[in-house]
Amino acid sequence: MSEFTYLFRGRLTSGSPDEMQQHFQAWLVWFKQLEAKGHLKEPGHPLEKTGSVVMGKRRIVHDGPFAEAKDVVGGYVVVEAHDLAQAVELSKGCPILEVGGSVEVRPIER
Amino acid sequence: MELDDHLFRREAGRMVSVLTRIFGAHNLALAEDVVQDAFCRAVETWPVRGIPESPSAWLMATAKNRALDVLRRERTARTFAPELSRFFESESTPSPVFDELFSADAIKDDELRMMFSCCHPRLPEEAQVALVLHILCGFGVNEIAHAFVSSFAAIKKRLTRSKKVFEKSTTFFDISDTNEFSTRLPGVQRALYLLFNEGYHGASAEHAIRIELCREAMRLSALLLEHPLGATPATYALSALMCLDAARLPARMDAAGHLQSIFEQDRSQWDHQLVDEGLKFLGLSATGAELTEYHIEAAIAALHARAARTDDTDWKTIVTLYDKLKAIRPSPIVALNRAIAVAQDQGPDRGIEEINAITDSDRLSHYPFYAAALGELELRRGRREVARQHFRAALSRARNPMEHEFFNQRILACASEDVQ
Repeated sequence: MSEFTYLFRGRLTSGSPDEMQQHFQAWLVWFKQLEAKGHLKEPGHPLEKTGSVVMGKRRIVHDGPFAEAKDVVGGYVVVEAHDLAQAVELSKGCPILEVGGSVEVRPIER
Repeated sequence: MELDDHLFRREAGRMVSVLTRIFGAHNLALAEDVVQDAFCRAVETWPVRGIPESPSAWLMATAKNRALDVLRRERTARTFAPELSRFFESESTPSPVFDELFSADAIKDDELRMMFSCCHPRLPEEAQVALVLHILCGFGVNEIAHAFVSSFAAIKKRLTRSKKVFEKSTTFFDISDTNEFSTRLPGVQRALYLLFNEGYHGASAEHAIRIELCREAMRLSALLLEHPLGATPATYALSALMCLDAARLPARMDAAGHLQSIFEQDRSQWDHQLVDEGLKFLGLSATGAELTEYHIEAAIAALHARAARTDDTDWKTIVTLYDKLKAIRPSPIVALNRAIAVAQDQGPDRGIEEINAITDSDRLSHYPFYAAALGELELRRGRREVARQHFRAALSRARNPMEHEFFNQRILACASEDVQ
């Protein structure tokens, strides 16, 4: 088994409360599926939407994640899978894909 | 842990009310953003950490923290409520005054203030109802469009305009101002009444949505009753009529999903607990000198609730009640309902006379149950072909598949030999 990280980008910001709750339920189901099949290595942490970006030799500090809202990494998890192909396949159930977001699947080097 | 299906929706109204109190009415959009942010955080956090013990408290605490962030950042800009400085003890520490805003009682007061703010007299009635539904009940544009059988664009436009009026009103309604409270109360009652009616008589095909509208109207009326200035005889009467009408909801459709008129409903399916509650409210409404339309409608609903069968209904009294209602709030719908009661009391010939005497019946031309009432009465006096034509007209005006099915059944009934 190899480890992969999923980086989640984008978030549903325009849903009604009912839609937000349904979206949450979809996340919950997906997470539980990953867990039940033994793929969830670390549930990770959600990232706050604030922070700073430090850039260049002059160490210029910018407020915020410094990216378009849809490109901001909102959280990550670590999963276990046989290979990249399986990790990619598993990521396809992520509800973020339903709302215009993306999942970046990256093998972790050990 | 299982969440209530509409937890977010219920919490949305509470959160946005408190936040609007903090940020000021002119910052409604900001308050809505903070609420949305709290939901986003729940979506991102709960799957990882598990659903918190008290999801409602978690959401409110998240909104509170986010509000503090916003206040700290914008403090110098002084664009918020004038009492902003009272919210902080030092540069960054919130004061007890700020914490007090999140007590259960304060939240209820803010919901009430929001209710009164949404019913701004400068807004048309239908805009007030949409605003209440959107802001206080957490319905999205799509969901409101669905409930009102309207387009997304039309509702969006209505809400955008209404929010502008809301944000320009500069002050969040002050419920401690006795005069202002009493002046605006009738408008608030009217908006809740219309919200309830949209659920009860509206066009939406989805039974579940309509029940939700009724339920929200009842929840907000209960909130109104909790406030000493809100608990007037008229509010009790309004609550009574909602309970007594809502008691019939479980019987409005039979097991197969077919619409049932009040004449053929299985009355054992009525919600007797709601009937009792309605009768209790009706008793409490019977003080003071003012007789409102809500009193009369509640009294009519009570007469239906008390009758074990259609034939046991006191139609004579119902007719006189409709006479009074016509005097207070004349409308062709009231006249139509009165005519139907006359028919029950004195036979179909008299009923048809009354329907034909409705002066502004052109306003009913799109209402399917106007033609259907004529059809029903013609059928009763044996004029099957005329009845069939009326039901065909009703069918052409049906607003949803349930009504469609209902009128089709009535057309079939015109053909069968066995008429009641």
